[in-house]
Amino acid sequence: MPFNLLVLACVAYVILLFMVAFAVERRAAAGSARWLRSPLVYTLSLSIYCTAWTFYGAVGYAARSGLEFLTIYLGPTLVFIGWWWVLRKLVRIGRQQRVTSIADLISSRYGKSNLLGVIVTVIAVVAATPYIALQLQSVTLSFEVFATAATEGWAPPDQGSTAIWVAAGLALFTILFGTRNLDANEQHTGIVTAIAVEAVVKLVALLAVGIFVVWGLAAGPADIIARINASPISDWQLQPGRWVGLTLLSAAAVMTLPRMFQVLVVENADERHLATASWAFPLYLMLMSLFVVPIAVVGLQLMPAGANPDLFVLTLPLSQGQGGLAMLAFLGGFSSATSMVIVAAIALATMVSNHIVMPVWLRLRPASAVSGDVRRIVLMARRLSIAGVLALGYAYYAVSGGSAALAAIGLISFVGVAQILPAMLGGIFWRGATKAGAALGLTLGFAVWSYALFLPSFGPDAVISARVFAEGPWGIGWLRPQALFGVQGMDPLLHALFWSLVLNATAFALGSIVTFPSPLERVQGAAFVNVFDADTTAPQGWAPGRAEPEALLVMAQRILGEEPALSLFESAARAQGKAGYLPDPTAQFIEGLELRLAGSVGAATAHAMISQLVGRATVTVEDLMAVASEAAQIKEYSTRLEAQQVEVTRTARALREANEKLTKLSVQKDAFLSQISHELRTPMTSIRAFSEIMMEGDMPQSVTAKHAGIIHDEAIRLTRLLDDLLDLSVLENGAVQLNLDLSNLSEMLDRALRAASHTRPDRTFTIERDLLAEAVFLRTDADRLVQVFINLISNARKYCDAAQPVLRISVRHKAGRVTVDFIDNGSGIANDSQALVFEKFARLTDQNRAGGAGLGLAICREVMANLGGTIAYLPGQGGAAFRVTLPLRLEKAA
Amino acid sequence: MSVRKPPLFLARRSYRRRRLRDAARLLPVFGGFLVFLPILWAPAETGSRDTAPDGIYLFAVWAGLIVVAALMSVGLDRGSAEDAAGTEDEA
Repeated sequence: MPFNLLVLACVAYVILLFMVAFAVERRAAAGSARWLRSPLVYTLSLSIYCTAWTFYGAVGYAARSGLEFLTIYLGPTLVFIGWWWVLRKLVRIGRQQRVTSIADLISSRYGKSNLLGVIVTVIAVVAATPYIALQLQSVTLSFEVFATAATEGWAPPDQGSTAIWVAAGLALFTILFGTRNLDANEQHTGIVTAIAVEAVVKLVALLAVGIFVVWGLAAGPADIIARINASPISDWQLQPGRWVGLTLLSAAAVMTLPRMFQVLVVENADERHLATASWAFPLYLMLMSLFVVPIAVVGLQLMPAGANPDLFVLTLPLSQGQGGLAMLAFLGGFSSATSMVIVAAIALATMVSNHIVMPVWLRLRPASAVSGDVRRIVLMARRLSIAGVLALGYAYYAVSGGSAALAAIGLISFVGVAQILPAMLGGIFWRGATKAGAALGLTLGFAVWSYALFLPSFGPDAVISARVFAEGPWGIGWLRPQALFGVQGMDPLLHALFWSLVLNATAFALGSIVTFPSPLERVQGAAFVNVFDADTTAPQGWAPGRAEPEALLVMAQRILGEEPALSLFESAARAQGKAGYLPDPTAQFIEGLELRLAGSVGAATAHAMISQLVGRATVTVEDLMAVASEAAQIKEYSTRLEAQQVEVTRTARALREANEKLTKLSVQKDAFLSQISHELRTPMTSIRAFSEIMMEGDMPQSVTAKHAGIIHDEAIRLTRLLDDLLDLSVLENGAVQLNLDLSNLSEMLDRALRAASHTRPDRTFTIERDLLAEAVFLRTDADRLVQVFINLISNARKYCDAAQPVLRISVRHKAGRVTVDFIDNGSGIANDSQALVFEKFARLTDQNRAGGAGLGLAICREVMANLGGTIAYLPGQGGAAFRVTLPLRLEKAA
Repeated sequence: MSVRKPPLFLARRSYRRRRLRDAARLLPVFGGFLVFLPILWAPAETGSRDTAPDGIYLFAVWAGLIVVAALMSVGLDRGSAEDAAGTEDEA
C-alpha cells in the first residue's frame, strides 16, 4: 500500500466531505433541505458518540478486558430506549429555550447565570482536551501503520507533523462550516450531513473488517465462538463494580458530553426524530460492537506478540494483504476521529465564545452592546475558540507524547463530563434546584475529579508527587488521591467516579435546599420543569416601554444580521398592528427577541445585552396592575352586560304595561263611543218626538209653546254636550291655548261663586272663605282656572244633600304651590266611587237630577293638567272635598 | 351467538397510549436488569470459559430491546403527534 496513495485517498475523502457540506448548506439556504433533516440523518449524526476510541480502541479494550467494552455502549442504549424519561424533555427544553450548548442549558436553567456557564465550559474544555488529543493520536498512529508498511518511496513523516497537519485541517474545516453564519438555532446543516456520511463510512468499514475476519480468516460464527473460548480474552472475569459503574457512567456521558448534547439537542430539527433515534441509535451501537470481540480474538491469534491491539482493525487486514480493506478501515477510523473533533470543536467553541469571551468583552466595553459590531466579534471569538480548542488538543498530545492507552483517556474524560449530570437532571426535574447548589456541586465534583482521577492520570510525580499518592497531602492519609476517606482497594476510576458524583450530588442537593433562588431562577426553573405543560412561556418580567425600539433593532442587527433582524422586527410590528419596522417594546416582544438572541449568543449573554437596554428584569407593580386592570375590564364588561340585561327586562315590562293600558284604553274608547251615542240620542229622541207632535198641528198655543220650549232646552243640552266634548278633546290633546297672566285668587273665586250661583238658585249656601289667605296673585290662565272653580262649586250646589249646606273654601300655599280645597258638608262620595268621579260620563246619581253630561270633572282634570297642577278627591273631610293644586307661577311657554 | 359486551372504557385509545408511555418508562429499567444480570452469573465456579455465551446473551438482550423500542416508538410518536394536534380524547 503506497503511502502517497493513502494521502491522496485521504485528501479526496476530505474534499468529498467538503463538497457534501457545501452542497447541503446551499440547498438549506435555498430552503429545499427538508429531506436532509430526516430521522436517519439525525440518528447517524448521533454516531459521533463512536469516536476513534470506539473504532480502534474497542478492539484493544476487548483484548485487554473482554466484554467490559460493551458497557460503554449498553449505557447509551438504556438511555435511548428510555428516551421518554430524559431525552424527550431535554430536546423539548432545548428547542423551546433555544439552547446553544450544555453550558447554556445549565446557565439558562439557573437564572441565566454566567458563573455556571463558565464552570460548565471549563469542565467541558478540560475534559474534552485529552479526548481531542486522543483523536489526533489515533489518526497519527494509523498513518504510522501505513508508513511503516510502505515498501517504496516516501519516508514516513514524523508523528508531530502529521498531528499538526490533521489538527490544522480539522480547524479549517470546522471554521469554514461551523462559523459561516450565526443562525438563530445554532444549527449546522452542512456539518451534520457530512457527519452522517462519515457515520456510514465508519460503520461500513468496521462491518467489512468484521465480516472479513469472521468469514475470511475464521470459518464462520461457530469457529469464532470456539476461538473465543480458546483465547486469552476468556480469562476475563466480569467485575460487578466496573460493569455497573461503567454502564451508568456511559449513560451519563451520552447526555452530558458537549458534542453529544450538540447533535442530540442543539442540532435537532424535529422532536419526532428522537422517536426513531430511540431504537436506531442503539442498533447502530450494536452493529459497531458486533465484531469487536472476533477482531480482537483473531488479532491476538494472528498478530505477532506485542502488536498494539488498539490498531488491530487496521493492521489485521494489512497483514493479510488486504490493502483495499485496510484503506477502508483507515478511512473509517479517520471519519470517527474527524467527525468527533469537528463537533466537539464547534460545541466547545460555542460555549467558550458565549460564556467566556462575550461576557468579558461586554464587561470591558458595555456600550458596545449597541454600537459595536457584535456579530463580527462573536464569529471571530468562535473561530479563535475552535482554533484554540484544537491547539489545546494538539498541545496535550504533544506533551503527553501519545503514549497512554486510548481507552483510559476516554473514560477519564467521561467521568469529567458526568459531573454536569446532577445539575442537569436536577434542573429539569426539580424546581427547587438553585444556582448556588448547582455551582457548589459542579465545582466540588470537578475538583474531586481533577484531584482523584485527572491529575493522577499523568502518572506519579508528573503533577502530583508520588509521596502524596502514598501518604496523602501533608501526610493526611484520608486525602490520598486514590483512597479518599479511607476507601482503599477500589478501582481508581470507580473510586473517582463514586466520590466525585456522591460529593457533587450531595453539595448540589444541600446547597439547593439551604439557599434561596432569585425570581429569574424560579421563573426559569418552572419553565424547564414544566416544559410539557401547555403554554409555559413564563413571563420574563421585562418592564415594557423602557427600551428604545430603534436601539433594540440596532443591537439585533449586529447579532442576527441586517435582513433577519429587520424581518423579525417587521413581523413583530405587524403582529402589533403597526406599520414599519419598529414594534412597541412590549414585554412579550422583548422576551421573544431575547430568546432569538439567545439562540445566537447564549441565554446569559442575551439576557445581559437586553438588560443594558431595558433595565432591570423584574416584574413591576405596573405589570401586575396591568394584569389586574385587564381582569377588571373583563369584569366591568360583564357588569355592563348584566345592566343591559336588566334594562331590557325593564323595557319589556314597560312595553307589557303599555300594551295592557292600550288594551284598556281601547275598551274605554268603545265604552265612550257607545256612551256618547246614547247621550246624543236621548235629547234627539225627545226633539224628534215633540217636533212630530207639533207638525200635526191643531194644538193650543200654550201646548205648542211648551213643546217648543222642551225642544229648545234639549237643543241647548245637545249644544252644551257638544261644547264639552270639543273642550275635552282640545284639552286632552294638549292643544289648548293658555293666556298666562297675573290674577288675584280671591277675585277668581268671586267670579266663580257668582257664575255658579245660577245653578240651583233655589238653594242657599253658606260660603266660608279665608280672605286673607286668598290674597295671593297667581300667574296662570285665569279663565280656565275659574272654569274649574265654577264646576266644583256648582257640583257642590247640585249634589250636597245637607239641609243647611255649607261650602268651605280654604287656600294654602307652600313651596311655590297653591292648594285650594272645596269642602261641603254633604254625605260625600262613597269610597269605591272616588276613583271614578274624574272619568268621562261618570255620574254617581241618576241623570235627571244632575242634568249634566258627566264631563265636568273630566274637563277639570284636563284643565288642571294643562295648568301644571292637579285635582284630587280629598277623603275624610266630613263631606265631598276636592283639592286643587297648582303652581304659584306657571312658566309654561304657551 | 354470544352477545358482545360493550367496552368498559370509552377512551380506549388514549388509555392504551398512556399505558404505552408507562411501558416506555419501564423499558430502560427492565433493560438495566437484563444487562446487569450477568453479574450474578460471574462468580459461578463452573470454570471461566463463559465469555462467548455471555456475549451472545448480551447481544440477544440488546437486539430484543431494540426491537421492542422500535415497536413502541411508532405508537409513542403517533401519540405525541395526536396530542399536539389536540385530539387527546376522541372517545
